[in-house]
Amino acid sequence: MKRKLITLVIITVCFLLQSTVLRKFAIGNICPNLLIIVTASLGFMRGTKSGMYVGLVCGLFIDLFWGGLLGFHMLLFVLVGYFNGSFQRLFFDDDIKLPIGLIAVSELSYGIAVYFFNYMLQGDFTFGTHLFQVIIPELVYTILVTLVLYQIILHINKRLEEEEQRSASKFV
Amino acid sequence: MKIKNQPRLPGRYVLIILSLLCLLLLGIERFTDTGGPLRIIANYTVVPMQKGISYVGMWISDMSDNFETMKEMQKKNEKLQKKVDALTIDNTRLRQEQYELERLRELYKLDENYSDYEKIGARVVANNGSNWFSDFTIDKGKNDGIKVNCNVMAGSGLVGTVTEVGPDYARVRSIIDDASNVSAIILSTSDTCMVRGDLSLMSDGRLRFEKLANNDNKVEVGEQVVTSHVSNRFVQGLFIGYVSEIEVDPNNLTRSGYITPAVDFSKLQEVLVITKTKQDMVGGK
Repeated sequence: MKRKLITLVIITVCFLLQSTVLRKFAIGNICPNLLIIVTASLGFMRGTKSGMYVGLVCGLFIDLFWGGLLGFHMLLFVLVGYFNGSFQRLFFDDDIKLPIGLIAVSELSYGIAVYFFNYMLQGDFTFGTHLFQVIIPELVYTILVTLVLYQIILHINKRLEEEEQRSASKFV
Repeated sequence: MKIKNQPRLPGRYVLIILSLLCLLLLGIERFTDTGGPLRIIANYTVVPMQKGISYVGMWISDMSDNFETMKEMQKKNEKLQKKVDALTIDNTRLRQEQYELERLRELYKLDENYSDYEKIGARVVANNGSNWFSDFTIDKGKNDGIKVNCNVMAGSGLVGTVTEVGPDYARVRSIIDDASNVSAIILSTSDTCMVRGDLSLMSDGRLRFEKLANNDNKVEVGEQVVTSHVSNRFVQGLFIGYVSEIEVDPNNLTRSGYITPAVDFSKLQEVLVITKTKQDMVGGK
């Protein structure tokens, strides 16, 4: 219960930051994608199911406030959560290469998917401009922010796990 | 390790169930109105939080403005005083012309004046967090008389239209968004053209215009572009921006180019919403 509440708070805070404060720090009108960091990192920390639920909530927020169709970002983020969750067995706390790699892959595929469904299907085939104007800058900026945000999420997750273990051992 | 005593759903099945749920939602959305109850819930939960954050941000930026030095203030004051003088002279001249215009209008019996639309002010509380779209949320909604398709301005220029209204918030799509199309006219020649937002121009805040007839009317860089009389979403005569580049298309029939908008879209804080939509005006007559 506590874990669910804290996860919801993390998602809400990241969402609010992204739509208000981070716009002020946008470089070249591009701001980082915090929600994909949250979805991906909680995915490989806690497994496929948690990843999917987190993705579902993040996607719901995006669809309600920034997107047009309800369900589109939800689906994308559920898939991102599942993909990252399947790497849970390879994940170790002290290794930062795997998280950064996974988040980069998630972000890149998210960008390409958005381009494909929102632009290419409407007859806009200038993939190059979209790649270099939005997808790549967003990717770089997101990875930079990951270095900070990932540590925070990791720390919160560790504390939660310790607490859960303690309460579990009390009952035994 | 936890002891599993109840059968649990494997991840694959959860994935399939959630994906189907999303597809179902997409399908439902196709046929019904968007969002519905979820948006009402959002109005009372997330939007107030966004308002809070943006007010705090505004307060902080006000605070930092307070620390400007005396010297800068004096310099600014001097500059502004000069501007006031110049504007006063301008104003008197314009007022004289205004009287003349009114007299002539009366002669022509033109009773409608397009420049006076009823407006209400609103604050921008949140932007679109994704980099693919350019829209923002304002802190007024249905309760203040805002409707879908209301036009939004900032200062003297057009910003966009309202695409979605909640009880106390509204979402505005700006004209630099990739999905935005505005029917416009060049003020001096009255030729119509289409002003389109473009994702690749979004970062430098420019707009593209197309389908301007390639006739004898000469259009030069710096001419004003306003919304046209044929648009069904935009009321007539709202200022969009200045022509910054123009060239004849390869087909030799049309001209296209770029517009520098009158509004700085990266620094929007307060906007004005015109509460009457074009449909109201056309339908009312």
